[in-house]
Amino acid sequence: MNAIELQDVSVAYQKQLVLRDINVNIPTGKLVGVVGPNGAGKSTFIKSILDIVPRVSGDVKILGDSYRKQRQKVGYVPQKEEVDWDFPTNVLDVVLMGMYRKQKRWHRNSKDDIDTAKSCLKKVGMDGYEKRQINELSGGQQQRVFLARALAQDSPIYLMDEPFTGVDAATEKAIVKLLEEMKKQGKTVIVVHHDLQTVSEYFDWLILLNQKVLHAGPTEKVFTLENIQQTYGGSLQVLNTNQSNPSVLHS
Amino acid sequence: MFEWLQDPNLQWVLLGTTILGITSGMIGCFAVLKRQSLISDAVAHAALPGVCLAFIVVRDKELIYLLIGAVIAGYIATYCIQYIVQHSKLKEDTSIGVVLSVFFGFGVVLLTYISNNLAGNQSGLDEFVFGQAASLSSQDVQIISIVSLVLVTVLVLFYKEFKLITFDPNFAKALGLSYNKINNLLMLLIVGAIVIGIQTVGVVLMTAMIIIPPAAARLWTEKLSVMLLLAGTFGGIASLLGTYFSTLALRVATGPVIVLCEAAIFFLSLLFAPKRGIVYKNWVFRKLRRSHKNQQTTRKHKVI
Repeated sequence: MNAIELQDVSVAYQKQLVLRDINVNIPTGKLVGVVGPNGAGKSTFIKSILDIVPRVSGDVKILGDSYRKQRQKVGYVPQKEEVDWDFPTNVLDVVLMGMYRKQKRWHRNSKDDIDTAKSCLKKVGMDGYEKRQINELSGGQQQRVFLARALAQDSPIYLMDEPFTGVDAATEKAIVKLLEEMKKQGKTVIVVHHDLQTVSEYFDWLILLNQKVLHAGPTEKVFTLENIQQTYGGSLQVLNTNQSNPSVLHS
Repeated sequence: MFEWLQDPNLQWVLLGTTILGITSGMIGCFAVLKRQSLISDAVAHAALPGVCLAFIVVRDKELIYLLIGAVIAGYIATYCIQYIVQHSKLKEDTSIGVVLSVFFGFGVVLLTYISNNLAGNQSGLDEFVFGQAASLSSQDVQIISIVSLVLVTVLVLFYKEFKLITFDPNFAKALGLSYNKINNLLMLLIVGAIVIGIQTVGVVLMTAMIIIPPAAARLWTEKLSVMLLLAGTFGGIASLLGTYFSTLALRVATGPVIVLCEAAIFFLSLLFAPKRGIVYKNWVFRKLRRSHKNQQTTRKHKVI
């Protein structure tokens, strides 16, 4: 069964279509990259799967059923720029938000919940930061906290919106390692990504997106110079024109 | 000194303003954290035409009717602000400015119409502009207390949800929380807290009761629950002191004095709060500079 299926999905902001007739079937157990130029609708792609932005038309299936029914099977890492990091709360509290769905209204955070949250922080290398105020975190630490919160959701499918943006090299490596571990556990991880240099290294499945899905499939088949140029509209500087392994500088 | 407390009239006023201060302070926390301080200002100003229209329709100064009118007008104002932002390229502050002044202007027009044509000067509606705590009746205080109790109860019940949609709305939506419903509920709490205060503090200054206590509380704590409690405490204390000063010591309008007391708490917090206060920040900076200079000089000595 496919992890996520999109059928004829279109999304519009105001009068303009941002995504048009998206059809793609994402298999389970893959590390999937979503790649495309600025304004291609990469974030919108993820948000439409999660019902955060309303669809004009089309249908999304998660593991064969609607998102409404499969909500607890999808974990989400939003762009860290989307929240106010001066909000009065601490790291542990943010991670505990990932367990919101499992908690009943009147229950305080149980010891089990707190232990789970702590172990999630440990997995992202943030143990000992539980009581730290979130406004004292660096960009890389913010991203790790968001990843820990997603881990606390404990889902078979994950959607991540630009987790590599604004993080240092050490954090990037730690995140990649985490993604590979998640894949080993059979999880499907879909990542919005904008650094073409690292695409073939990080992902084994790829979606090239520019308002519609131009190409989707295993990275070695999809990630060709021709496909990339088509996606980016030819506005790319290409360093190495070796067809089988294109090395591309920024768009 | 405390014989003035024997006056039953004053007891009611004191009780009313204190409850008002606590409620608006607590609920204001979410308005401030959601960066909707100015929307609350627009809601307060928009309450005036709501009050006037309610009076024109029912021809009665019963507080509950006027408050219902104010709630409806406040809600329409927030809707207008969002509508303008969504359907034009104007920014929210501009939209708020337009809506606030239009509604308030309309309110003043209605106010003069009422005093000229309907009630002479007997309507007493003009007290809604700057507020008149002294005119609070025991019935008014009962309404304020009941509404406050409901507002604070809802705030406690939905604390987790409000926190989640305020900090990370997209994550909340992905979790399956109905963002619109919870946001509307929160907006209703804010409008409610504003509306029960307009008779006492007035539409012009009511926003201060919503914004200043949370702003002061934020300087003292990094924990949302503590911030709520502190803001409620600050609001309550300021109302208590303000009412005392105005009705007994100074014999001036209560609402503005309450706001001045809140401002005093805010400036004290701004100066002396730990970590975020100006005095502490300066002290830490000087200490750092001194120790750094000391290190530099010892290093030089070593070189010599």
